[in-house]
Amino acid sequence: MTQSRREFLKSCGALIVSFSAGSLRVLSAQSQGQFGTHPSHIDPEKLDSWLAVGADGIITAYTGKCDFGQGIFTAQSQLVAEELCVPIDRVKLIQCDTSVCPDQGTTSGSQSTPTNFNSESLALAAATAREALLGLAAVKLGERVEQLTVADGIITSNMGRYVRYEELIGNKHFNVLLSATAKRRSSRDWTVLGKPIPSLDRTALMTGQFEFVHHVRIPGMLHGRVVRPPEMGATVVHVDEQSVRSVPGLVKVVVRKNFIGVVAETQYQAALAARKLAVQWNPGPELPSHNSFFDHLRKQPSHDVLSVDSRDIEAQLAAASHVIRAIYTYPYQMHGSVGASCAVAEVKPESATVWSATQSVYPTRSIVAKLLNMPVDTVRVIYVRGSGCYGLNGADAVSFDAAILSQAVGRPVRLQFSRQDEMMWENFGSACVVEHRAGMARDGSIVVWDREDWVASLGNRPGYDIPGNVITGMLLGYEAELPEPRSAKAPGGKFRNQSNTVPSYFAGCVAGGCGGGGTIRSERALTHTVRSPFFTGPLRSPLRIQNTFANECFIDELCAHAKADPVAFRLQHLQNSRVIGVLKAAADAASWQARPSPMANFSRAQTVSGRGIACVAYEGDNGYAALVAEVDVDLQTGTVRPKRFIIALDCGPVSNPDGLRNQTEGGILQGMSRALVEEVTWDNRRVTSVDWETYKSLHLDSEMPTVETVFVTPADRPATGAGETAITVTPAAIGNAIFDATSARLRDLPFTPERVKAALLADRGARA
Amino acid sequence: MKKITLNVNGQQHVVAVDPETPLLFVLSDELGLRGPRFGCGMAQCGACTVIMRGQVVRSCVMPVSAVGQDEVTTLEGLGTPEKPHPIQQAFIEEGAAQCGFCLSGVILTAKAVLDTKPDASDQEIRDALGGILCRCFTHTRMLRAIRKYAEAIRA
Repeated sequence: MTQSRREFLKSCGALIVSFSAGSLRVLSAQSQGQFGTHPSHIDPEKLDSWLAVGADGIITAYTGKCDFGQGIFTAQSQLVAEELCVPIDRVKLIQCDTSVCPDQGTTSGSQSTPTNFNSESLALAAATAREALLGLAAVKLGERVEQLTVADGIITSNMGRYVRYEELIGNKHFNVLLSATAKRRSSRDWTVLGKPIPSLDRTALMTGQFEFVHHVRIPGMLHGRVVRPPEMGATVVHVDEQSVRSVPGLVKVVVRKNFIGVVAETQYQAALAARKLAVQWNPGPELPSHNSFFDHLRKQPSHDVLSVDSRDIEAQLAAASHVIRAIYTYPYQMHGSVGASCAVAEVKPESATVWSATQSVYPTRSIVAKLLNMPVDTVRVIYVRGSGCYGLNGADAVSFDAAILSQAVGRPVRLQFSRQDEMMWENFGSACVVEHRAGMARDGSIVVWDREDWVASLGNRPGYDIPGNVITGMLLGYEAELPEPRSAKAPGGKFRNQSNTVPSYFAGCVAGGCGGGGTIRSERALTHTVRSPFFTGPLRSPLRIQNTFANECFIDELCAHAKADPVAFRLQHLQNSRVIGVLKAAADAASWQARPSPMANFSRAQTVSGRGIACVAYEGDNGYAALVAEVDVDLQTGTVRPKRFIIALDCGPVSNPDGLRNQTEGGILQGMSRALVEEVTWDNRRVTSVDWETYKSLHLDSEMPTVETVFVTPADRPATGAGETAITVTPAAIGNAIFDATSARLRDLPFTPERVKAALLADRGARA
Repeated sequence: MKKITLNVNGQQHVVAVDPETPLLFVLSDELGLRGPRFGCGMAQCGACTVIMRGQVVRSCVMPVSAVGQDEVTTLEGLGTPEKPHPIQQAFIEEGAAQCGFCLSGVILTAKAVLDTKPDASDQEIRDALGGILCRCFTHTRMLRAIRKYAEAIRA
């Protein structure tokens, strides 16, 4: 990647940047964006903010959506190549550098594809550029635009005359605004987009050449480590600098309120100093017991929101022929990036540069400016990929920490978290409890469904102005976003299902309009957000995976009560055509046998097999998936072994089928790890999941199921997100398959062997 | 500080470091290598893997003074972007990466086990990968790439 990255950053004309991290410094705050755009002030309405054609015919595109392993770098390069009708190797994509790229907020929430691949932002810019070039060519060639065709960066008239892009505009501004009427090339004509182009980073990755943020080196750079508190809420009493006097190469011990860091000449010395530094702390508050945490959660003051409320729940439940109630729990889980987070900062009196793996370069710039007390336009944040993040891992905090240390010593600092710094203090995926009550009619259909959930929350992404949302800010005395206790208002406005709180089977009727995916009209979904003792934040499929686990397992319980086939029963209560589409496609691909769960005849073997299904409309309308899981369960040991997953995915037109398959396989297997083994633990004082012994993840020796992916692509639909859809349905599909195999219902994640055995015992007890 | 001579990827280097410094820090900070990476610092994940004497070594916990005369091979020591090693080629063909941070552990461990035992069974290969973590869960593609390489060397 070295070579290609260097070239990516080599723009045309006014901006010549080479990517040795050292030489980037030269640009610092005086540097210009593409063709003189004010640095840090890049107007997304202007075509020149997104795209430039060099004298060499290279198209340089600037995006605010960055690649952390999900393949969006390649896909965006394909998009630009497609719209500009050039081969992909003529596109140089620059991602997430606040000096030259438009502010596109955060690369998250499965929003990159909907934002940049439909009819706005990067896609619109590329289409606008093609039309602008055609217009210029028409003038130059003296022909009408309709008589021109484009291929390979050359515009040809039907008289046979031609002109190259670079002859029209090479190294010059377009000086036009994005055209709202610019037309995307039809997916039917695509030659680059939609094709399984190998990811552009592949060779560099496999040969060890790829530059991660961990590899950024600046002349004169020092190394830092942080010294975190022993527990949440602990405060500094005394830092004994004498304790590290003997550490060679130590440059400084940095203390700001409860933030402590050390800076040394080498990484080893910094690690040594961090380990040796004696700090006296005031203890934090005692933690609620892990064992009874979900009961604790339900008793706390909460911020309440009703997503939907038909106001006839109790009456309908009272009138129902049968009422079923169940409680599901989902633990805190970690991003647990394999590489501990790292950042490099160079803070000078007049400017600061941070090389960061953040998903949010512009927000990070604002927070760094705030923490350093510098004007925001003197700070530059440059994205360099870190270890896969899956959401808000330590990348933001480590960037803030590095900047603070660099400012304190007046030299560039590279800061590497330890494994424990990363795991104890990241913003975990929220723990949740979901309680369902449903009333069934005599014919086995669902007439009423009430759903109440409790979500633990503290902090979030820091955004542009809330440093306290992550550990660094808290240590510096900033407040975190907190759920403010209040009772629920009646649902108003348009029905929204951003967090998949509402099951797909609800009609979703709010203020006269029904936006849900299903037919159940007696419906209520009430969410209580409760203060969490630990930081929480978006972790791949945030709250969507928790909610979908609870919703899709509970519908399976209702279905079992009705003795119906799980696919047919879902279809009976669905009206969203795209959920129906993926459900049928997954069932077809899996050769699904219509029958009720659990399996009628249990074998006496030690290992039993079952199949389960789950589906979702991700965020209500941002991607659709149905997943069939086939699992084996060892009745003696309680071990669950998924054997085969079959997924049908509808995310509109697919930018890169190979990339999407890779994301989908990864999503399902990550979902399997989260379903089977992952859980953050703590004692009465502190988080005890601090390494890979104490936080379980499926390693590479784990038996892996096969994954089959089927794409469903209805015509003329916009592109949706896809990176989080598959993982969302995985725990539920596995839970339902365990039920099918054993008739035991697992309602608490993860499905550890102990829990499986306990559920088997309870089930036998109930049936005895 | 002590002068230490290291043989890495076919080249000799002399570095002046504290002899207790983990080999990983020397490889990445003194020699500027990008293959081995800091994942956990506790030999639990494999991101820092290098090969010595045909065996995989966790460079995050090995003091540089313990390396001695042994040749150290890192991921970039196997092949180049222009001429990747066959196992790297298999990973390229299978697209067996997402973020790619873990690849030193995956590729070097698979290579070491297959170099020692070219007819290693799938189970033996998997067992060897026991301490390797890929949090993007690219497991199936990685195992496919390893199988492809195994078949090629057996042919």
